[in-house]
Amino acid sequence: MIITTTKGDMDESLLEKKEGSVDNENEYTTWDEYWLDGELVHRSVHVTLKKSPFSDLFAASLG
Amino acid sequence: MANTQSMCTSFLGELLSATHNFSSANPAHTASTADTFKAALYVTTATINAATTAYSATNEVSGTGYTAGGITVTNATNPSSTNSSSTAGVGYWTPSGNLVYSSVTLATAFDTVLIYNSTQANKAVSVHTFGSQTITAGTFTLTMPSNTTTTALLRLSTT
Repeated sequence: MIITTTKGDMDESLLEKKEGSVDNENEYTTWDEYWLDGELVHRSVHVTLKKSPFSDLFAASLG
Repeated sequence: MANTQSMCTSFLGELLSATHNFSSANPAHTASTADTFKAALYVTTATINAATTAYSATNEVSGTGYTAGGITVTNATNPSSTNSSSTAGVGYWTPSGNLVYSSVTLATAFDTVLIYNSTQANKAVSVHTFGSQTITAGTFTLTMPSNTTTTALLRLSTT
């Protein structure tokens, strides 16, 4: 697979891949990193938000 | 300084004056097209919260592949509303596509996206926060929640 990097497009086999994830009450996030000779050359992140802002609306009682 | 997830307070007032149009079928507006909404990213040292009234380039992320102002939000689904009882209900809306910033390098840590109305003077809608991130020659994707009464990106409720 070809990876877009800061050095240009490179074959994945030439790179060291690191992956990670965070799962908490606010989000589920995954990330992929590719390193070349100790240098970070690609990092992508995928965030899925679990919480959204929420507003309550009120109608006042009359009388 | 810190960013805080919230519905923008000014947005609530503007709803009552029909400032924002999320729908392609809205008789309150002369045009039968929805407004254009955009999504801008902000660095962790910004102060974006309920008091934010409009998009600003101050403390917005910058870097290769990122255009100031962010990306256009895909909006192919009109807002919906559902009664949950005889006295309560929910109005809700979610972008119809994920927010995808492709082929970018964003070296300064960011943790916030501001949704705003670029048709209506860039007025702010909502603030969404997440863990601090950087992107290197990659893609940043914000997956939208399911468009339901309990999970939609924007929800206005009576209880």
